[in-house]
Amino acid sequence: MIALLTYKGILVLIIFTVTLAVAAYSTYAERKVAAFLQDRIGPDRAGPFGLLQPLADGAKFFFKEEIIPNVSNKTLFILGPSLAMLTALMTGVVVPWGNTLWLDGKEYVLQITDLNVGILYVFGVASIGVYGIMVGGWSSNNKFSLIGAIRASAQMISYEISMGLAIIALILMTGTLSLREISLQQAGGVGSDWNLWNVVYQPLGFLIFLVCAFAECNRTPFDLPECETELVGGYHTEYSSMKLGLYLFAEYINMFISSAVISTLYFGGFNFPFMNDLGLSSNWITVIGTGFFFGKIVFFIFFFMWIRWTIPRFRYDQLMNLGWKMMIPLAIFNIALTGLVSLVFK
Amino acid sequence: MTLYVFYFLSFVAIFSALLVVFSKNPIYSVLYLIVTFFAIAGHYILLNAQFLAVVHVIVYAGAIMVLFLYVIMLLNLNHEDEPHKKNLAKIAAVICGGILMTVLVGTLRGASQAIPRTGGDIGYVKTLGRILFTEFLLPFEISSILLLAAMVGVVMVGKTDTKKTTVDINEPNNQ
Amino acid sequence: MLTNRSKVVVKKEMNFWERIYLPAIVGGTIITIKHLFRRKATVRFPEVKREISAVWRGQHVLKRDEHGAERCTACGLCAVACPAEAITMTAAERKKGEEHLYREEKYATVYEINMLRCIFCGLCEEACPKEAIFLTDRIESTDYSRNAFIYGKDKLVEAVDKRIDVTKRQTPAVLEFKKHKLLSHNR
Repeated sequence: MIALLTYKGILVLIIFTVTLAVAAYSTYAERKVAAFLQDRIGPDRAGPFGLLQPLADGAKFFFKEEIIPNVSNKTLFILGPSLAMLTALMTGVVVPWGNTLWLDGKEYVLQITDLNVGILYVFGVASIGVYGIMVGGWSSNNKFSLIGAIRASAQMISYEISMGLAIIALILMTGTLSLREISLQQAGGVGSDWNLWNVVYQPLGFLIFLVCAFAECNRTPFDLPECETELVGGYHTEYSSMKLGLYLFAEYINMFISSAVISTLYFGGFNFPFMNDLGLSSNWITVIGTGFFFGKIVFFIFFFMWIRWTIPRFRYDQLMNLGWKMMIPLAIFNIALTGLVSLVFK
Repeated sequence: MTLYVFYFLSFVAIFSALLVVFSKNPIYSVLYLIVTFFAIAGHYILLNAQFLAVVHVIVYAGAIMVLFLYVIMLLNLNHEDEPHKKNLAKIAAVICGGILMTVLVGTLRGASQAIPRTGGDIGYVKTLGRILFTEFLLPFEISSILLLAAMVGVVMVGKTDTKKTTVDINEPNNQ
Repeated sequence: MLTNRSKVVVKKEMNFWERIYLPAIVGGTIITIKHLFRRKATVRFPEVKREISAVWRGQHVLKRDEHGAERCTACGLCAVACPAEAITMTAAERKKGEEHLYREEKYATVYEINMLRCIFCGLCEEACPKEAIFLTDRIESTDYSRNAFIYGKDKLVEAVDKRIDVTKRQTPAVLEFKKHKLLSHNR
């Protein structure tokens, strides 16, 4: 029991650190990707290739003046970014970061906890995530913040539905809600045992999930809650110093976790092609698998940024039309199709 | 251990439920209600019903309360424009509440103590699904019809009169 | 309509593929990913200096003649020519014994150019009858206060021992052109 708790505690610490590090370097990557897509170089002054830029940014955030507006609701004003950060960090608990390691005959699963309702847990925490934005936006007592908060909540609710429906089609196929089992079902991939990733069987579901993930993370083209051309800064207009930093950081953590969930659900998680043909020991395959998993995550983070610097944001009515009139019918159609196909072929 | 967790969760649930009623600020009320929901979700987990707990959080805390908060934020309730209630209405409310409480207490006192079936896979999705589609099929389907009826009703209420509105600004070709 | 280049904007209804946005988005991503591998336009400034034209119009210089005396005679033609009204000066009479300092009998005790107003058009240089003011290929440095951008004679007049080369701007063709100033705008 003690040994298990120690192991889980260490794993929690590692994942916490990795999450923060990835989020920090996502800010750097965002600026670099933006620059490269616009034929620029991007930050290159802090350290070699600007690699120390996140540290500089963090230090800047800490030394900035902390402003809490006089007319704001102070408790909620502080609660807002804390909630955003908390919910962002909570999701990583159920993500299977790797398969099992066998050390001294003991089994070490590279996942903090394998809930049997793993996907739903991710959903639950994501649906709570909007409170950070709403509470912060409302308590600022600023009309732009309020509009940002309201937009965020309406958008999140709209896209959560189609996201859930997209997942239901996947669950119809896998028959489990546990993220680890979904990962294990996709083991093999290309190679001797022909077992393709879920994205092959659920292309429409993947597309819907991806679009909804963009909306849930408040990323362009759905970043209307912080639409700076209309709302100054949206829900974080009144925030300064590290509180603003926490909001921005939470967004990058959400992006990281979304990428991890997308990779797990649709792209085989920690599995990689030819994994059974290499003739390696299972520990090595686990380590390489975790590497592949992070590779997939990095690709999706890049994809998030790539999209951000490619297309402009939607108008709000377009966003709502897309959510309610396109995504939900498509998702329902996807469920029906999946049900039909699984009925016919089984 | 479980007992202490139970006591803690119950305390949080009851305390925040009371704060829902006693908070002056409606936003605080909503936030305390969310805390209450979380405490209740904790209770579900203690009963080994993870699915119910997570769905509870998603549906109540994640969707319904967001809408509550949404509406209250838009209403912009202040202390000044809170309508003053007449004494008669207050007395009526107290009497109604008292009667409801009497009924609830009476029912709970009369009920025989049920022994909750804990342990095993009672709260798992598979078990729950099997029970829903065998033992409780009729209530399940009826509730789905109820939801459908509510949905159709909302669409009917929310539908704009096409004869009155000639220009719909949301249509992209009319801009 | 005069140029026949105007296009009539037709806003036709989007078809299915346009309405689901995806083909357009994929097209956009292909365009942006191509830019990822393009040559970057950035010049890393303090280390790498951008290549500038030989007749680049940068920070001004007040030239001295071959004996080291200031050429400027404070006639004010540059100030009149200046479209941004950035130049101001105060004139004074040359005293006995100052011949080695000032070439003409009248000189500028104060000569100021407001670098925040200056648009670097080069009209002052064109107006100058004494070949005193030139724009050089130097880039004026930044500063923290507005006052520091009002350059006085200390910054404008070239040092005796550190002459600034303006031969590229003062070619014989330019000198010939400057003789017929009246014609300059008719060219």
